[in-house]
Amino acid sequence: MTKTPSLPRRALLKGTAAVVGAAVGSGAITGFPMIWAQNIKNITLRQFGTGVSNLNAIADRCKAETGITLQMTAMDTDAAAQRAVTQPHSYDIADIEYFTVKKVFPTGVLQPLDIKKIKYYDDIVPLFKTGKVTPTASVGQGTAPCRVSYVEGASSTKFAPAPTEWMTLIPTIYNADTLGIRPDLVGKPIKNWRELVDPAFKGKAAIINIPSIGIMDAAMTIESLGMMKYGDKGNMTKPEIDKTIAFLIQQKKAGQFRAFWKSFEESVDLMSSGEVVIQSMWSPAVTAVRSKGIPCVFQPLEEGYRGWGGGLGIAKHLTGLERDAAYEYINWYLSGWTGAYLNRQGYYSAVLTTAQKFMSPNEWGYWMEGKAATAPIMSPEGAQIAKIGDLRDGGSYYDRIGHIACWNSVMDQDRYLIQKWNEFSVA
Amino acid sequence: MSVTTTSSGRLKRRTEGASPLGSWLLAGPMTLVLAIFLVIPILMLIVVSFLDYNSVQILWSFVIQNYIDALSSGTTYKTFAVTIEYAVITWLITVTVGFWIAYFLAFEVRSTTWQMALFLLCSVPFLTSNIIRTISWIPALGRNGIVNTLLLHLHVIHQPLTFLLYSKFAIILAFVHLDTLFMITPIFNSMMRIDRTLIEAARDNGAGFWRTISNVILPLSKSGIGIGTIFVITLVMGDFVSVSIMGGGQSASVGIMIQNEISLLQYPAAAANSVILLAIVLIMVFLILRVIDIRKEL
Repeated sequence: MTKTPSLPRRALLKGTAAVVGAAVGSGAITGFPMIWAQNIKNITLRQFGTGVSNLNAIADRCKAETGITLQMTAMDTDAAAQRAVTQPHSYDIADIEYFTVKKVFPTGVLQPLDIKKIKYYDDIVPLFKTGKVTPTASVGQGTAPCRVSYVEGASSTKFAPAPTEWMTLIPTIYNADTLGIRPDLVGKPIKNWRELVDPAFKGKAAIINIPSIGIMDAAMTIESLGMMKYGDKGNMTKPEIDKTIAFLIQQKKAGQFRAFWKSFEESVDLMSSGEVVIQSMWSPAVTAVRSKGIPCVFQPLEEGYRGWGGGLGIAKHLTGLERDAAYEYINWYLSGWTGAYLNRQGYYSAVLTTAQKFMSPNEWGYWMEGKAATAPIMSPEGAQIAKIGDLRDGGSYYDRIGHIACWNSVMDQDRYLIQKWNEFSVA
Repeated sequence: MSVTTTSSGRLKRRTEGASPLGSWLLAGPMTLVLAIFLVIPILMLIVVSFLDYNSVQILWSFVIQNYIDALSSGTTYKTFAVTIEYAVITWLITVTVGFWIAYFLAFEVRSTTWQMALFLLCSVPFLTSNIIRTISWIPALGRNGIVNTLLLHLHVIHQPLTFLLYSKFAIILAFVHLDTLFMITPIFNSMMRIDRTLIEAARDNGAGFWRTISNVILPLSKSGIGIGTIFVITLVMGDFVSVSIMGGGQSASVGIMIQNEISLLQYPAAAANSVILLAIVLIMVFLILRVIDIRKEL
């Protein structure tokens, strides 16, 4: 196995590690992955994050290619935010979502990342820099990643409105979420968010039970019904929260909802068991339902998508060789293999140019360009997701990412939001 | 040391009391464990409940706003009412079921071997985690679950029953399933201590079955019922997993309310609600202890 180098070599490396480390740390040597790789063989980085990207396949590949050992801990979105803030010494790498950054970064537990050390910085999609996928696209409401991507300096915790040399996270993953449906059970075409509260689906609808995200799905529905227009769905005023919660309570009392789900698995079970035929869902959850042979569609809707993004941050306490290893890991992350892996799950990679090299033209066409599959499309685990001629729900990258109406958010009134959400829970 | 094994030594200790050093040493480890893992965390909880916070972190200034927020909101009262309702209903069912199962084990099953075998049988489900036991109800009770499929096949119903899952019914069912053993065990324990001659005496004096139950067995099982009650009430009051899973996220409990606050890092608000919950549960336990002298059991 290549994982275990011979002992003399390792001993030799140890001796030179300090010297090389100093050289690397001073920035004298950059862009030499081979030297780095030998140097950081024995380094273990502790990473935590949500289940979407904390995958053993990534850790294994990283070990094989860079020598860095990744200890991964997967948790739900809420738990990840808490871990980041309350146990800053329990991790080296934080794999968190951008809306969480709005809360986490100002607490000073993460260090700003130097873009000069990021090999593929120029190739990172503009979504995370200027916020615009295409020059004419709009940024979308809420905590769009570009609003919390940069801070003002090397030790700053203040978000910068325009790109600087210091990033909060290096983006890795993002997606456009919408409603999932069971096409065999809904019995009609679904085109708008308002279908979530169609009386035809009484007792067969569900929404996500994470307050800050669930309320946005409700807001999309309310706007779709034409009941109200929000100033910013991602940052509601108190009266807007009141009206949204009142609407949710009214729907709950009428028996519209079957359940509110909190974890990925719950949403998969609700959908595949037929308890629910229309609900807020995540893309790989749809894939999971489909790989059981049950029809499920991640339905594009006229009002647009709810977007989210995540990335890798480095803990404040990380210095020296370990920090160098962390940068090396991030550079490896963006170098293509992982991006292709995430693309194949229905997410998007932050650096598309490198990911493309690891995907076949058929895969690239299906996942990114909205083209019909010319050969069966397989999941990274080897299950067939699409057959020849199938199209991806929602079409191409630009069709999906270009139509994000709002981003997952932390609102200024989140204290009030939680009180009202509890009121909804008990209603 | 004065701890000797002779009978005279024992007598001496009993009359003079244990040496102060010896009793300190005996009580020391437990005191330390309780201090570190119970007293200090609760004190921290109380301190945090009086701190201010913004959307990012806890601010070190003393406020009572968290309690004002909690106690001035109708949601808090409603949530506590719902949680207490679960506790009372679960208690009523578990105490009834638990009493009769314990009665059967203690008085109807004659051989000790069978008594122990059956008692262990009651505890078999506890070999798995209570979250797994809760989740395992879902395939049974769902719209296309085992119960509905069976009833549809037998033509008892023509539409799947939806109240079976993600409802108050489901929540209570899970609580009863999870907590009945905590009622059976202490009641069975007190029943085994009842002097059988008392029951014979009752019969000789002409007491029927129900009279014996109400005048002899029930009063003598009171301490067991008391302990079981404390277990069940505290377990249900503090729960958030079962309510969340079986209620399909549609039902509230104090635990879920606290969890929601923690999820947005609002620790002081969560701490304030925790302190209120702790106070209410302690009052309930205090009232139970007023009614039943648990020391009899010990």
